[in-house]
Amino acid sequence: MHQTGLLAAGALLYARDLRLAFRRWEQVTQPVVFFLMVTTLFPLALSPDTAQLRQVAAGIVWVAALLSALLALEFMFRSDYEDGTLEQLVLSGQPLWWLSLVKAAAHWTVSGLPLVVTSPLVAASLAVPAGAQWTVVASLALGTGILSFLGAVGAGLTLGVRRGSVLLSLLVLPLTMPALIFGARAVDMAIMGDSPRGPLLLLAAMFILSLSLGPFATAASLKVSME
Amino acid sequence: MEALHPKGLSGRGIHVWRGDRHVLRGVDIDVLPGEVVHVSGPNGTGKTTLLRVLAGLLPAEEGHVGWRGRGIREERDEFNAEMAYLGHENALKGDLTSFENLRYSVGMRRVLDAIEIQNTLDHLGILRCRDLPARVLSAGQRRRLAMSRIMLLGASLWVLDEPFTNLDVAGVELFSSLIGDHVAAGGMVVLAAHQGLKVPGTHPRIAELN
Amino acid sequence: MWTWFHKLASPPHFYRIAGLTIPWFGWPALALILLGLYGGLVLAPMDYQQGEGFRIFYVHVPNAIMSMFVYSTMAIAAGIGLIWRMKLAHAVAAASAPLGAWFTFCALATGSLWGKPMWGTWWVWDARLTSELILLFLYLGYIALRSSIEDPQRADRASAVLALVGVINLPVIHYSVVWWNSLHQGSTMFNPGAMSIEMKWPALAMLLGFMLYYGAVLFERLRAEVIRRERNAAWLREELAR
Repeated sequence: MHQTGLLAAGALLYARDLRLAFRRWEQVTQPVVFFLMVTTLFPLALSPDTAQLRQVAAGIVWVAALLSALLALEFMFRSDYEDGTLEQLVLSGQPLWWLSLVKAAAHWTVSGLPLVVTSPLVAASLAVPAGAQWTVVASLALGTGILSFLGAVGAGLTLGVRRGSVLLSLLVLPLTMPALIFGARAVDMAIMGDSPRGPLLLLAAMFILSLSLGPFATAASLKVSME
Repeated sequence: MEALHPKGLSGRGIHVWRGDRHVLRGVDIDVLPGEVVHVSGPNGTGKTTLLRVLAGLLPAEEGHVGWRGRGIREERDEFNAEMAYLGHENALKGDLTSFENLRYSVGMRRVLDAIEIQNTLDHLGILRCRDLPARVLSAGQRRRLAMSRIMLLGASLWVLDEPFTNLDVAGVELFSSLIGDHVAAGGMVVLAAHQGLKVPGTHPRIAELN
Repeated sequence: MWTWFHKLASPPHFYRIAGLTIPWFGWPALALILLGLYGGLVLAPMDYQQGEGFRIFYVHVPNAIMSMFVYSTMAIAAGIGLIWRMKLAHAVAAASAPLGAWFTFCALATGSLWGKPMWGTWWVWDARLTSELILLFLYLGYIALRSSIEDPQRADRASAVLALVGVINLPVIHYSVVWWNSLHQGSTMFNPGAMSIEMKWPALAMLLGFMLYYGAVLFERLRAEVIRRERNAAWLREELAR
């Protein structure tokens, strides 16, 4: 009997989650539609004047993306928890921190990445100049990544809890505020023509922190929820 | 650790509280190679809780569980590699076919090929469900699919919680003979079941919980 | 030394010791707080920049410091409970959370009161105030998680994980907010500058008083937690019969 190695098991889990997501294609598109709709709210509420929109564009794009990604967060472990698959993952003999990392990465691919890909469209609608688009994409890629890896802990803690989705947002939002501060700032600087290197590097540092520590906390939270 | 059995699964002095209820009060249990241990007792006496503690899913407040003489907390990965757990849920993804379900769940633990999967599906009588998504299978077929996973994992210890749920008479006989074959080959089974258990080739040892 | 610690952590012993210690915390706390209030509100000279309104500092700063101290205590207790499976440690975390939330709320309220005469509005997005606000969110999230999980052991352990994640994020959050604030405003208004000793001692007295107050109320709440958690135990029936 040849035991499955770490990478192979990770690849298998990642492939499984992606396959499952694409069989429920409509669910993958929901956060993107939400993203587009929330962004539309702001010109409606504020003003269609492009100069004004450009001033607040960084904040709007970031807040809208954050909320959209948050919507999808509760589904990271929910279905596995309900059909008993999560238990089997815990018992699989593979390190739980590694499986948590893979699950969060798969979740990001299915929920975060579509937002990142849509973001140039959204940014353009808010009068963000073409030169700043790169920063929008880069900052949101890091930001949604942070949300997936850090939010995984919250998703694990709130499994099976009544009104878990609201509670999840309450728990995760304060933790994402630093990312919001630096991400929105980076986009703002790019819009004004300055180099966004500083905030982007800090954002990258936060991403690395959440990537390296998040899975361990997530594994702990999953074990707690199994009890 | 007092006297953990060197060859099989042992539980010593297991206490579990669920909120206020003292569900398990100092349970001692041994499951040795070649044995089927039938945990019996009325509903609500903690059979599922005990099985989950033995499988390592639920930490006991007091007491230890040992595998081959060493505590399962310390040797978690080694223990998991040799144990297969079947809970109330079938642990199947409804949107994956039977084949895919087995490929992904068993593949997490060991490398296996398509022939093995097909043979096992056939053995469990659900080969024709091979390419059907699990959500369209009947409850009995899903239980058989879950059992296929147990078979394919190649573990020496089987922890089965109500394995005969949703099975017809033929299914119950099939599962019983699978259990019998497993222990005849030196494996161990601890299970909880309502009905009286008849395993060909061996007498299950009964552990009463009250 | 460990046996002493284990003995302390056993509920019956803790219950008795806490009962004896509470008055030793409580009365000095009251004395120090009254002393600090007198020193700060009456004795201390007026600040040449901010006038009388500055006196709120004597109440605001101890509250703010306590809000962070209590969170760290909560997280450490949660960590001990998680790693060593000590029920009393979990009880300390549970009992501290509402106290910490109140300290945070009072810090925000007094900060707001301070800001009104200075800036004309009830709220400013000052670095420290914003940090305190996010800290309040962390506390509320912790309390919400605890109350929404029914199984007490799982509630203990889940909120412990949350507290640990929160305490690691706290410095990150604080420094992000300070950085953000520095971009958009000048210096924070809560900087009283160099202070002479006659202005400082009432603040220290208040802080010490608040700490003892926290100790007293914490132990009182812990006794209540112990009663709640051990309500079926024999030792408790004997103890209460005394």
